[in-house]
Amino acid sequence: MLLIPCPYCGERPEIEFSYSGQAHLVRPPRPAELSDEAWSEYLYVRDNPRGRHAERWRHLRGCGRFFNAIRDTTTDRIAVTYRMGEPPP
Amino acid sequence: MIVGGGGHGLGTAYYLAAEHGLTNIAVVEKGWIGGGNTGRNTTIIRSNYLFDESIAIYEHALKLWEGLSQALNYNVMYSPRGVMMLAHSVHDTQMLKRIMHADRANGVDNEWLTPEEAKAYCPPLEIGTHLRYPVLGATLQRRGGTARHDAVAWGYARAADALGVDILENCEVTGIRRGAGGAVEALETTRGLIRTPRVGVVAAGNSSVVMGLAGVRLPLESFPLQALVSEPVKPVFPCVVMSNAIHAYISQSDKGELVIGAGTDAYNSYTQRGALHVDLHTLEAICELFPAFRRLRMLRNWGGIVDVTVDRSPIVGKTPVPGLYLNCGWGTGGFKATPGSAHVFAWTMAKDEPHPYAAPFSLERFRDGAMIDEAAAAGVSH
Amino acid sequence: MSAFRTASGGRVDRARRLRFTFDGRAWEGLAGDTLASALLANGVHLVGRSFKYHRPRGILTAGAEEPNALVTVRRDAARETPNLKATQVELYDGLVAESQNRWPSLGFDVGRVNDLLSPLFPAGFYYKTFMWPRSAWARLYEPVIRRAAGLGRAPEAPDPDRYAQRHAHCDVLVVGAGPAGIAAARAAADAGACVILCDEQSEPGGALLDGAPAQIDGLAAGDWLARAVAALAADPKVRMLARTTAFGYFPHNHLGLVERCTDHIAAPAADSVRERLWQVRAREVVLAAGAIEQPLVFPGNDRPGVMLAGAARSYLKRYGVRAGTRAVLVTATDAAYQAALDLHAAGVAIAAIADLRPAAAGVWVEAARRAGIEVLAGAAIGGTRGGRRVSGVTISGRTIACDLVLMSGGYAPSVHLFSQSRGRLTWSDSMRCFVPSQSAERERSAGACRGVYGLAAALADGAAAGLAAARACGFTGIERGYAVAGESATHQAPGATPPAVADRGKAFVDFQNDVTIRDLVLAAQEGFRSIEHVKRYTTVGMATDQGKTSNLNALGLVAARLGKPVPDVGHTTFRMPYTPVTFGALAGAARGELFDPVRTTPMHEVAVARGAVFEDVGQWKRARYFPRAGEDMHAAVARECLAVRNACGVFDASTLGKIAVVGPDAAEFLNRLYVNDFAGLGVGRCRYGVLLREDGFVYDDGVIARLAADRFHVTTTTGGAARVLAMMEDYRQTEWPGLAVWLTSTTEQWAVIAVQGPLARRVIEPLAAGIDLAPSALPHMAVAHGRIAGAPAMLFRVSFTGELGYEINVPAARGVAVWEAVCAAGRAHGITPYGTETMHVLRAEKGYIIVGQETDGTAVPDDVGLAWAIGRKKPDFVGKRSIERAGIRRAGRKQLVGLRTRDPKIVLEEGAQLADRPGIPAPMKPVGHVTSSYASAVLGHSIALAMIAGGRARIGQTLFVRVPGGDVEAKVTIPVFYDPEGARLHA
Repeated sequence: MLLIPCPYCGERPEIEFSYSGQAHLVRPPRPAELSDEAWSEYLYVRDNPRGRHAERWRHLRGCGRFFNAIRDTTTDRIAVTYRMGEPPP
Repeated sequence: MIVGGGGHGLGTAYYLAAEHGLTNIAVVEKGWIGGGNTGRNTTIIRSNYLFDESIAIYEHALKLWEGLSQALNYNVMYSPRGVMMLAHSVHDTQMLKRIMHADRANGVDNEWLTPEEAKAYCPPLEIGTHLRYPVLGATLQRRGGTARHDAVAWGYARAADALGVDILENCEVTGIRRGAGGAVEALETTRGLIRTPRVGVVAAGNSSVVMGLAGVRLPLESFPLQALVSEPVKPVFPCVVMSNAIHAYISQSDKGELVIGAGTDAYNSYTQRGALHVDLHTLEAICELFPAFRRLRMLRNWGGIVDVTVDRSPIVGKTPVPGLYLNCGWGTGGFKATPGSAHVFAWTMAKDEPHPYAAPFSLERFRDGAMIDEAAAAGVSH
Repeated sequence: MSAFRTASGGRVDRARRLRFTFDGRAWEGLAGDTLASALLANGVHLVGRSFKYHRPRGILTAGAEEPNALVTVRRDAARETPNLKATQVELYDGLVAESQNRWPSLGFDVGRVNDLLSPLFPAGFYYKTFMWPRSAWARLYEPVIRRAAGLGRAPEAPDPDRYAQRHAHCDVLVVGAGPAGIAAARAAADAGACVILCDEQSEPGGALLDGAPAQIDGLAAGDWLARAVAALAADPKVRMLARTTAFGYFPHNHLGLVERCTDHIAAPAADSVRERLWQVRAREVVLAAGAIEQPLVFPGNDRPGVMLAGAARSYLKRYGVRAGTRAVLVTATDAAYQAALDLHAAGVAIAAIADLRPAAAGVWVEAARRAGIEVLAGAAIGGTRGGRRVSGVTISGRTIACDLVLMSGGYAPSVHLFSQSRGRLTWSDSMRCFVPSQSAERERSAGACRGVYGLAAALADGAAAGLAAARACGFTGIERGYAVAGESATHQAPGATPPAVADRGKAFVDFQNDVTIRDLVLAAQEGFRSIEHVKRYTTVGMATDQGKTSNLNALGLVAARLGKPVPDVGHTTFRMPYTPVTFGALAGAARGELFDPVRTTPMHEVAVARGAVFEDVGQWKRARYFPRAGEDMHAAVARECLAVRNACGVFDASTLGKIAVVGPDAAEFLNRLYVNDFAGLGVGRCRYGVLLREDGFVYDDGVIARLAADRFHVTTTTGGAARVLAMMEDYRQTEWPGLAVWLTSTTEQWAVIAVQGPLARRVIEPLAAGIDLAPSALPHMAVAHGRIAGAPAMLFRVSFTGELGYEINVPAARGVAVWEAVCAAGRAHGITPYGTETMHVLRAEKGYIIVGQETDGTAVPDDVGLAWAIGRKKPDFVGKRSIERAGIRRAGRKQLVGLRTRDPKIVLEEGAQLADRPGIPAPMKPVGHVTSSYASAVLGHSIALAMIAGGRARIGQTLFVRVPGGDVEAKVTIPVFYDPEGARLHA
């Protein structure tokens, strides 16, 4: 069980959190202008890298807030967590 | 060239050679054959799916399982001891009956059992009202069962080898070289450059990484999936039991170990291990349904990397890159599909057009929203 | 006292004799014995049969690594535990143990024939045989193989014992309480760290329990141990856990420990906890797990009476048991000489020491010769003799009679947990074993588990590791040493290359799985080059000991066979658990009601009192119907339905999810989420909302009321409450952080009492205060505030039945009182409580969908007839772009329709498949399926809803429902069967 540093609450066990997938995906502001291909890419295509992954977590059973984390998917080590809206370090 | 020496990849090579007369075939595997999900799953075989498209491809696989030992002259120990899926609520009952009726219409055996019949088929099962979620009934696919996972990889490898297929272990693909027209030209590997006009990527959890080498991004995420076995005991569990509602998946191996599937961890990972709480959750369900097993002991636990699509259905077919074919996204259920997946993928590669069973599982379905959402059938409760 | 028990010494309590039985025969042991030591004390060596060949097997080890001596311990019919290692079973008075894997008896075993037939059963034999004819594997061969396999029997009765779980945090977790672990715990605690020290054995001490001739800090080692343990136990910063195995090392220094609390007690209290799972999060971990002696591989090395040298020494020094009367030591290292000397001193004749090293010499050889023991240097072992007990060993062509063979191939550090943590191992050429190199977690190894042997070295290494761990936590501590005197000149204990042996007889590598050298050779011949393949093909290292005494030998043999250095062949992955862990401990208290929380509504007990039958909907218990005497579900539901249609019914709708959406941008927020237009919704009005996922598929639905300009009351499906709130929060926090809106789950704040039926207004009117119920004041889809039966209430005029209907929302604590008041007020009007089943029938008569029943994750709004709900003028909402994809707008999608069976009495089965022609043989492609199906009491015929390809264009056509025994004819209709104009709704 990972130990996740919530940027608001500090380190908490993983079971307090929910995972919400790749970070920094921005919902297109005018979806109508996108082709079906471009829209489905936004919906479904994910980086899924081996290594450094920017991802979203929510401290569901804590402060309830979403935040971002950089985690290495080959070791599960979390390099850093940061608040929504902040750029990836 | 086939990238990935698991059951699906080795099988593809075998069928390319055996059924399509191709001669110059090689399989590259970055580790050892069968060392990925082929050797890490709980060996359940069934074709009792919900949607017609799924039923077709999994039933195709099941029919191949039935004759696989003889076809390969290698005993893969396919054992049709029956797969029972439990209903614990009115909603489960509706969904499982819908699956049962859909299967039957598609010519696939599936039948309904009362709780008492389920208990008779699997005596260790508790069904009573003292359970938090009593068993309200079950479907049974008698032709479902298990097979010996390693033997599938070895059997395909031996048979392919006999047909002249080259199998290169410890050979990792590090680049996919494309020509002026965009088509595949060669694979760069840790053991050198291999020129080839046709590449089939069958890399399961690593599909995103391998396809990334060709500049193709996928609607796919890789998650850890765990399984575990008990210490061996004398035969006590005659079939396969699955409860999607409370997450229990169990059978007994020929060696006597209870083989138990756990859930996926929540996050993308390539570590081939999972968290303890995922195992606890699974064993809570096992001990609730089979309280006599509480005194048995977990002997070994392991993890695989499952490649999961949003609709829990695979991607099998062509890609935007000419000469590059893709077979991935089997998620938590790839083992059962092995021969069917390999067979239709070989057909697709040989003819450069999707096999009819593979066609619905194209990459284009994501663009079109033509999802085959087996997640609904897997008891994502509503 | 038996002949094999020494007169004195050891840690057993000679005053406390314990009776026990093994295979029905009564024996006696002492307090402090294990089952293994007690059997040996009675001269019993034959304790088990092997897995494949059913060869007689004895006791190889004295600890957790035991591959052979597996037993079933039986307390009563429900408390039977198979596959326990006799070397770990602590004796208690009245213990009942049985051997396993033999029939009819341990001494005479029919399966033994497999041993004689063994040329037929090499490794992997089953892959190449048993295939013909095609059906024979499953019908003929497999059942036979399965019966022969397996070890003990699984219990048949539910386990009545209790299991507990705890979480713990500490600065430093020390695994293993031998000298290194004790020193580490001491150093860390002295520096101020909070420490947990666990050890799998019944008492701390590790190797010191086997007696060490040395003095530590001026005390005899045993006395020092007692003092050190007492000091740790008295230290409030230290928690000591005995009988506690650290079995798993998970990411971020999360470790799983299992504590065995009562298995050593003769009569545990009825409410005692049998085992306890500890989940420990440690800032730093010190692994002091020790090392495991490795066997030698030679023909007949599995015979009862062949034992690891260190184990024999342990039985002598810790348990006061001589494992034989005349022994031969076969060794490849110096480390085993101490065992021979100790046994010799205790009166066991040492017939010879066979040292496999050609140039065996040095202090140990001299010491043995001084003791009068013959040492044969450069010895070659030909094999052993004997039946159920070894009777002799052939060394360099000469047979030496003996009843005990001690063997030692050196020690292998116990790197299991280190490897589980993903630390990197490195091969030590000098010690011929793997040792930890690079850590992956905040962890350090100390003592024998990293190849540091000897008492003084282990204490120093442990102290240094403990201090370093404490310092890494931010504590400052000072270094402290231990003065060790009189330690025998123990040499480092190298692992050994298993000697090449003549290819005859069976030389076992993995005892329990019966893997011989020949099997490994065969695997290499078959082309298996990876050690993982060899493991899987031969099953070496896959037995219940997980290769603790076989992996290293197998690796050496395979490397030699392949002509590669060992590190090039690699090692198999170490996986949790270190030793087997009881399922019950992992499942804990989760059974029955505690398996999953039970959620009940405020009016639950009222429904129970009225005899309701409940169904599970997620974690909720919902009343499904309220049968009267003699009624089955069908009759009860028919009565309840008619009551609602003709008079009035009352229904507990409290489980519906409720979310308060509040803030200046609340309307804008909902507008962006739901398909509907909420900007134009007036205060005091409600709207049926449809929520899509971003991919366009229907996710949830519910009534949304505007309570104020900046306040909405959103209802969701019962199952959807949590995930809808999560989705809302996701968009609110991450996509639209600029919107001023706040979300609060209010599901459990409100009791919701639905009063439905043509007489509903008359029931509620006398109870309502401050609310005008007139249709003009409170029309359909309106909400008003006031009091109902004295309770502050939100009164919704909404209907999921098609009748005039209200949903009374009152604070949860007032639910029962208001429910009772409504029932009392309605009595004159024939008010009838109804359950979810009736609710389903009533809504189906009206064609209202249930998300998850009519939809299945692939339906867009138009598919289920909800296109009307979409706000046409909205430029965007979640899912809008997706339902406009070309692929979604293609014709032929499944659409919601009604079905009327030609025979009005036939109620179709939900999930049944439809065909456009009768009698099509399978396999065929169905055109759709039945989603909901009921007998409609008010209509007098059955009704069904179905999803059918191009369904709306098929209205009026006849389809055929595929049921066993033939097809049922049904006509496609619109999906509204009752009051299609909606007149009753607006009454």
